Amino acid sequence: METTMTFEYAPAPESRAIVTIKPKYGHFIGGKFVAGGKHFPTINPATEEVLSQIALAGKADVDAAVKAARKAYTNTWSKMSGKERGKYLYRIARIMQERAREFAVLETLDNGKPIRESRDTDIPLAAAHFFYHAGWADKLEYAGLGTSPKPLGVAGQIIPWNFPLLMLAWKVAPALAAGNTVVLKPAESTPLTALLFAEVCQQAELPAGVVNIVTGDGSTGALIVNHQGIDKIAFTGSTEVGKIIARAVAPTNKSVTLELGGKAANIVFDDAPIDETVEGIVNGIFFNQGHVCCAGSRLLLQENVAEEVLHKLKNRMEKIRVGDPMDKNTDVGAINSKEQLAKIIELAAVGDSEGAERWSPACNLPSKGFWFAPTIFTGVTQAHRIAREEIFGPVLSVLTFRTPAEAIEKANNTPFGLSAGIWSEKGSRTLWASQQLRAGVIWANTFNKFDPTSPFGGYKESGWGREGGRHGLAAYLKGVSHE
Amino acid sequence: MSFYGLVDGTDASLKSYLGNLSGVDQVGAEARAAMLATRSIKTTSKRWAIDTAITMVDLTTLEGADTPGKVKALCTKAVRPDPTDSSVPSVGAVCVYNDMVSVARKHLDSIGGHHVPVAAVSTAFPSGRASMPVKIQDTQDAIDAGAAEIDMVIDRGAFLAGRYIDVFNEIVQIREVCGDKAHLKVIFETGELVTYDNVRKASFLAMAAGADFIKTSTGKVAPAATPPVVLVMLEAVRDFYEMTQVRIGVKPAGGIRNTKDAIKQLVLVNETVGPDWLNPKLFRIGASALLNDLLMQRMKMDDGYYTSPQYVTMD
Amino acid sequence: MSNRIDVKKTYKLYINGAFPRTESGRTYEVKNAKGVFVANPCLASRKDLRDAVVAARAAHAVWNKATAYNRGQILYRIAEMLEGRRGQFVEEIVNVTGATKVKADKEVTEAIDRLVWYAGWTDKISSLAGSTNPVAGPFYNFTIPESMGVVAAIAPEAPSLLGLIDAVAPIITSGNTVVVLASTKAPLSAMTFAEVLATSDLPAGVINILTGKKDEIAPWMASHMDIDALDISGLPSKKHAEIKVAGAENLKRIHSFKSADPGRIIAFMEAKTVWHPIGL
Repeated sequence: METTMTFEYAPAPESRAIVTIKPKYGHFIGGKFVAGGKHFPTINPATEEVLSQIALAGKADVDAAVKAARKAYTNTWSKMSGKERGKYLYRIARIMQERAREFAVLETLDNGKPIRESRDTDIPLAAAHFFYHAGWADKLEYAGLGTSPKPLGVAGQIIPWNFPLLMLAWKVAPALAAGNTVVLKPAESTPLTALLFAEVCQQAELPAGVVNIVTGDGSTGALIVNHQGIDKIAFTGSTEVGKIIARAVAPTNKSVTLELGGKAANIVFDDAPIDETVEGIVNGIFFNQGHVCCAGSRLLLQENVAEEVLHKLKNRMEKIRVGDPMDKNTDVGAINSKEQLAKIIELAAVGDSEGAERWSPACNLPSKGFWFAPTIFTGVTQAHRIAREEIFGPVLSVLTFRTPAEAIEKANNTPFGLSAGIWSEKGSRTLWASQQLRAGVIWANTFNKFDPTSPFGGYKESGWGREGGRHGLAAYLKGVSHE
Repeated sequence: MSFYGLVDGTDASLKSYLGNLSGVDQVGAEARAAMLATRSIKTTSKRWAIDTAITMVDLTTLEGADTPGKVKALCTKAVRPDPTDSSVPSVGAVCVYNDMVSVARKHLDSIGGHHVPVAAVSTAFPSGRASMPVKIQDTQDAIDAGAAEIDMVIDRGAFLAGRYIDVFNEIVQIREVCGDKAHLKVIFETGELVTYDNVRKASFLAMAAGADFIKTSTGKVAPAATPPVVLVMLEAVRDFYEMTQVRIGVKPAGGIRNTKDAIKQLVLVNETVGPDWLNPKLFRIGASALLNDLLMQRMKMDDGYYTSPQYVTMD
Repeated sequence: MSNRIDVKKTYKLYINGAFPRTESGRTYEVKNAKGVFVANPCLASRKDLRDAVVAARAAHAVWNKATAYNRGQILYRIAEMLEGRRGQFVEEIVNVTGATKVKADKEVTEAIDRLVWYAGWTDKISSLAGSTNPVAGPFYNFTIPESMGVVAAIAPEAPSLLGLIDAVAPIITSGNTVVVLASTKAPLSAMTFAEVLATSDLPAGVINILTGKKDEIAPWMASHMDIDALDISGLPSKKHAEIKVAGAENLKRIHSFKSADPGRIIAFMEAKTVWHPIGL
């Protein structure tokens, strides 16, 4: 066989020129950008370059934000008809679509995820989320939550670093559609798209104080959670912090929704469509570098097809392109932070020590930045820590099962319950499995699919409440949310 | 015939072989093809892809109105696609009806095009609706006239009616006629097979029966060589290689009109079966209009500005 | 005071995304509230209706396949375009109907807001009209509302713009396509609205607008076997019975409405219920 030149893809970098990052940012309070006090850097995790200095909100800043949100709620937003509120949200959605490329580049620089993902998934979904919820603002009486549902007031919203703009959309859009005003804190390592979103609010002429954005770290989050002037807390993050919040708000009247961690089982039956299944496995755990609460991090293979699937999976993993997130051909980008990388490395080492067999394709990882090669562990059992604990990185634990009942038992044998995957060509089996699985989101012959109309949230320790769809509105309306 | 030890030539054995194939999920397959279509191929890789694609083009004319004049013009273009630039490689083959094969072969040889093979469509192309003796004669005529490649069509009626053994046997017979004189491409007409499951089945059937190449379409029916269909065929070829260590070629034909489309096909090959298939021995593109777009894109890359159809020859 | 001569608009029909004249070659006079001649809009014939139905049927295959999100964005775009041209519409309504500027302004505003309202329904109506049903057996059973196909509508005589939008928007929200007969006395807003549609990324044939006489066109709408449903809100009640008799030939779903609400959307949807066993 004659040797063929390999088809190496030349670098295809997206240009940075479209974004303007200020050297320093303050907070967005009462419709204006206001100076912050102390600052800390936000970096590009692919290069460790400092992108900007971000303000660390303290008590005064959070107080000001809550005050502005309350003022806007009382004087303006609660007095406005749903029809008019909706139009603001439509404006925001349209401007996000207009500035989509700018948002995508900024998201990739700040988060480390591939530009293809920001461009094709994060940003379009975020805009769609605003568009969808804009349409609810004047239709709340049809949501099945009462004939005249009322908002809660001021919502404090704390979002994670894995899908910064999308998580902002998931929080802000329904809150505003339902008539609340918000104080939102983006994650410490990924504040930039939230700050750009503040500009969009200004361009949309959103009344001052309806959306307030304060940046900071865990201490800022705690200030929000404990603030007396906030009626509702919405949090997406780790289960550990979720429990802290649940305890903190217990003695108060605050309502709270939580979207926490997961350790989803991705179940492959022997009649699965093999090639698409392999794609789904890869997508399930390596999409977004595995920084996904609903990631398919436990692969449950029916034992009689395990070898074939693993063989194809490894071949497929050889083709994953890990590298510069700004390159349009990159599939897997940088790990979001040094801290997260350390956690992943630690848990992977645990996998080794527990006797599971580790495998990764050869990867040319850049010298600067935070990187982890896509990894699978085979020979994993339920008793292994890597089958139990959320790694939140591109690490897949592979287990086997003999019968459908055993698959379900293993899948449900976890305190988490966010999501699950089922791969089979037999409809009745897929429906049977989805009936048995204790998970809030179940994907059949697909994975990591999101839509504003599709409610998202977990059973058990994966959280409280749902986001998206008609069900997601309940979180922001009185009398029907959790007490 | 051993059929790679995969089937024994009986209906039962063939049904079992085909029945054991894993199914294809349409949504998943289309999503994978769509993701690969987002690959951004620029600068040096684009230039390489364009030249590679040119060498893979089966330059085709299959019209009732074909004349020796038309065929000769096509052959000239096939050997030297750009008369002003001798660095442009020749195409992969010239593809004509069997009664034009000798015209093509003679002309190619007279202009220094010995290295360009003539492929003939055969077996009552494009419909495949004729008796077996006619199909065999059709093939034999082409080979006698100098065709080094035979592009046959399968009997889609038999396939859709579940008579897989008939489809299989036809391919076996035509393969025998080809002997070692010609390589055999088997056309599925995927637009008529409709489902990806059928395309996968047809792929494994044809490969076991002796196809050297599997080909999507006649170019007369749309949809033809859509990316997901080609993806499914490439996956079958990849799996077949694992089973038998034999590399079968793939030829998408129809609907690949411009450089972007062609590059998408090369990306599919690259990320499914791998770079070993990125040469005209194992991958061809059936097209006519595509060649000029490849030439125009090549010019643009070399010159640095957009060009016009006036600067490429119409045939 | 300018001596410049206006370029007066020729009003044609809107069929399949284009602006053809009526095949009948006929027109009728529209005079403004002061009795002054304004324009000669087309007097549509049954053949124009026939052509419009062909276009609407072909367009249904496309429009129904679009995602609800996409349909919502297009409906919103129609609102964007209408808002951008509100002045023209206000002027036209004032001129033709003699309404005050304040009243005309209110109508145009409501028309725009109505479009936005319907834009927000495309991806929510199935929450309202669909369900999963807890049947007494091991089956997954769900009801999904779907569009019907081609709906014909008679718009009310007044309000000339809002009435037309109230007729067509709920029909297309769910994926139906529509042929609508505009107000006879005040058809111009409808045709100017057609220009808005033509610039809104709305696929050709989704909305088709005819101008002409109700008594001539309505019976042909009622008897046409490739029309699935009718909105006869614009016909006087005394005419309803005969339309329903004619429509019974292919069991058209025939409705008339008094206001805007999601029921208007659901009225032109069919509920499909699916059973699927749950088991190994």
